[in-house]
Amino acid sequence: MSVSRRQFLKISAGGTAAATLGSGAVSNWWGIDSGHVAHADTDGDQVIPTFCELCFWKCGVLAHKKNGRVTKIVGNPKHPLSRGRLCPRGTGGTGLLYDPDRLKQPLIRQGSRGSDRFVTASWDAALDRVAEGMLAIRKKHGPEAMALFTHGFGGSWFKHLFKSYGSPNIAAPSYAQCRGPREVGYSLTFGQGVGSPEAIDTENARCITLIGNHLGENMHNTTVQDLARAIERGADLIVVDPRFSVAASKAKYWLPIKPGTDIALLLAWINVLIEEERYDKSYVDKHTKGFAELKAHVADKTPDWAYPLTGIEPELIRRSARAMAAARPASLIHPGRHATWYGDDTQRVRAMAILSALLGSWGRRGGFILPSNMSLPPYPGPKYAHTDTARADRGASSYPLADETLASGLCDATITPQAAYDLHGWMVYGTNLIQSLPDARRTIKAIQKLDFLVVVEVLPVEIAGWADVVLPECTYLERDDDLWNPYYKQPFIAMRQEVVRPMYASKPGWWIARELGKRLGLADFFAYPSAAEYSKKRIELGGYDYDKLRRDGVLLGKTTPVCEEEGLGLSFDTESKKIELYSEPLKKLGFHPIPEFVPPQEPPFGMFRLLFGRTPAHTFGRTTNNRFLSEVYAENELWINADAARRIPGFEDEPLKTGQRVVLVNQDGVKSQPIRARVTQAIRGDCVYMVHGYGHTAKGLRFAHGRGAADNRMVTRFKVDPIMGGTGMNVNFVRVEKAEAAA
Amino acid sequence: MSAKTGKRRRQKRYAMAMDPRQCVGCAACVLACKAENEVPEGAFRDWIVDEIRGRYPNLQREFRSERCHHCSNPPCVAACPTGASHVAEGGTVLVAQNKCTGCKACVVACPYGARYVHPKGYVDKCTFCAHRTARGQDPACVEICPTNALTFGDADDPQGSLGRLLASRAHRKLKEEAGCRPNLYILAKGGQ
Repeated sequence: MSVSRRQFLKISAGGTAAATLGSGAVSNWWGIDSGHVAHADTDGDQVIPTFCELCFWKCGVLAHKKNGRVTKIVGNPKHPLSRGRLCPRGTGGTGLLYDPDRLKQPLIRQGSRGSDRFVTASWDAALDRVAEGMLAIRKKHGPEAMALFTHGFGGSWFKHLFKSYGSPNIAAPSYAQCRGPREVGYSLTFGQGVGSPEAIDTENARCITLIGNHLGENMHNTTVQDLARAIERGADLIVVDPRFSVAASKAKYWLPIKPGTDIALLLAWINVLIEEERYDKSYVDKHTKGFAELKAHVADKTPDWAYPLTGIEPELIRRSARAMAAARPASLIHPGRHATWYGDDTQRVRAMAILSALLGSWGRRGGFILPSNMSLPPYPGPKYAHTDTARADRGASSYPLADETLASGLCDATITPQAAYDLHGWMVYGTNLIQSLPDARRTIKAIQKLDFLVVVEVLPVEIAGWADVVLPECTYLERDDDLWNPYYKQPFIAMRQEVVRPMYASKPGWWIARELGKRLGLADFFAYPSAAEYSKKRIELGGYDYDKLRRDGVLLGKTTPVCEEEGLGLSFDTESKKIELYSEPLKKLGFHPIPEFVPPQEPPFGMFRLLFGRTPAHTFGRTTNNRFLSEVYAENELWINADAARRIPGFEDEPLKTGQRVVLVNQDGVKSQPIRARVTQAIRGDCVYMVHGYGHTAKGLRFAHGRGAADNRMVTRFKVDPIMGGTGMNVNFVRVEKAEAAA
Repeated sequence: MSAKTGKRRRQKRYAMAMDPRQCVGCAACVLACKAENEVPEGAFRDWIVDEIRGRYPNLQREFRSERCHHCSNPPCVAACPTGASHVAEGGTVLVAQNKCTGCKACVVACPYGARYVHPKGYVDKCTFCAHRTARGQDPACVEICPTNALTFGDADDPQGSLGRLLASRAHRKLKEEAGCRPNLYILAKGGQ
């Protein structure tokens, strides 16, 4: 390193200025003071409490603001979900707010749909155009022909818009592409789902079993905090994952299971608990129905039976079963979150629920708890008109236990003539359907059939490129929003409030929905002058302190007993009013009343099963353009077993190395974008793994465009859960090729 | 010396304990530091090490949040020709930006790779958030950590949170053979 005299002088001069301005301190001979250490001053002149939207956990944050700019975001110590701490994404809100690629103006399509050519428009012109489209569809086909796809808290205003407008077709991909089977599986067994935030007591658990759940990489703040607390207190961890995940590395027992065989393992665990009489007999006698049937069902599902199916040695199955039994009832079979894997997902969740029942952990400390929420009256307004129209997703095929609308079902209903009725228009809020629904080719086919597509977004993601009208929403830091009062062991009401004014011509969701409502003749439903006034009204009607809420960002309510240990009496909203180990409702519908193991399809020779997951710094493709978050994770990589990598055809002479770019080719011949390999011992040899959310093709995402590969492009097949319509996406197989050869 | 009483005050030894048992490698510490200290793009004052050892399925994995070790015998300070790198309150190793010429002697001298050259020409590194600790706050990385893996304090105060933690858990330091007497403690996974 050489320092030129010019540079040297420049630095010295800067020093002189700082010293003079700062303190007038005595300078030494070379013109600078004796040791000036400048610290960045990022503390805000104003600190505004609000809640995060980088993922959907909604942690309370404190936004520091200085000279009109958000300088940093930290955890709100008063908020029960953050407790003053944040995950990396929470800190990265500024990377979204100041993303130079944000949508800045309303856009109206010019050229053919999907050509991604737009002209900027005024809000009036864009909103008129959307209202025109929606009115035409309502007149011609009825309001039910318009569907809303939504994800994220800001979607509340648009759900209200659609309910006022009269469409029952409101769907979030977070159901049929994510949590759906979980909610249905627990409801079938215990009479209610686990919700979000999950009604579990992780921090008090003495044994935590994670099944394909990579907590720590899947970074819901409170969940990971609770897991860390449990580990601190000496809880045992049992982790079932084909990959040596972060959680697996902390486990007492890691079970590197053959993908798709979880039900076999769960049945074997149940077998051990029953055969060795380690289950909670009094709890089972008192609260459950169907134990005799269950016992008979698993009599031959021994660890030795499960070994060749799962690849998990019988002794490991037994030892881990004993560990979870020893900790009961504070033995948590974690419900996980993303559950749409193999199409048998509701049954897998049922097996997890049955195991929890045998451990007596539902309604018990350290297990599943039953929290309450703070009551909050709605904003006064007219009632939604009653509609008899069934949801369009039910028409195509029947998923009797789907208790929410299927996003994939609405996509199907747009394409297939067998639908109950056709969908002609979509509004898409906050969800990039091209990445979030399986088989993008199918999604695009549906889009091409539409009369009208409007997208409300912050960033120019792929789905925006297909829109007729794009409405630029401001980020969560630039808007007031609805109030949130979830079911949680510490009940609370949280408030999102504007930290800085909306940048560019972007507008908050509440304003966009209201202005559309007015144009659709629904002004009565949108009587609120602003979201702040709307919240104030609700808070006042509830008898709470609005000023305190604004000041603290959160109001805490009274806690109620959440488990038997706290005096809660257990009841179950199932058909039998008991925990249903054996499910009569499933039997009546023609499904297995107790989960059965059905072997998954084997990977074809030379191919790997494709698995995908999360990284702590990102929320799917929503944040991969965030330059700040990308400082710690900028591109996904392909985890591949080192021994398996040596046997890949084409790599015989020169084995695959970490960092080398490869492409994947799936069973239907679809090729991925290039992706760097991570050659490792830390994954089974029959599958490969990558983080979801990369491989953006939208050119407007100037940072994320062309970075890494999209797993969803490889998901050309999916297996639908016959019980609730979830789309199992871990059923695709890929071959690994050199990036050059494929190009 | 305390000016008021004239009594000799015990020197503090600021240090940090890092608990790989708790750490999930999420890098919240890295980003909180970047925001707090306006660390420029592509540069880091702290970082995550993810080490996987062994052969499938017998594997070990350790996550560490690493940064400047604020050594008690800091080679960077010895290497600095201008006196910019210096030892401040509590043994914290700091760089006086106005004295630094960006010559990188310290960058080479540091066994931990904890230093980088700031685009403005001086060398920059972790300060243990001296501006925050002076106000009684924890460093930004400690405050944000969702798994409570980081503990900052005076390692020579047996009653302090760090002192008590170090007394209760086995620990090690990195590259002690370099002789620089580092002050980052890596806690052992199992108790004592």
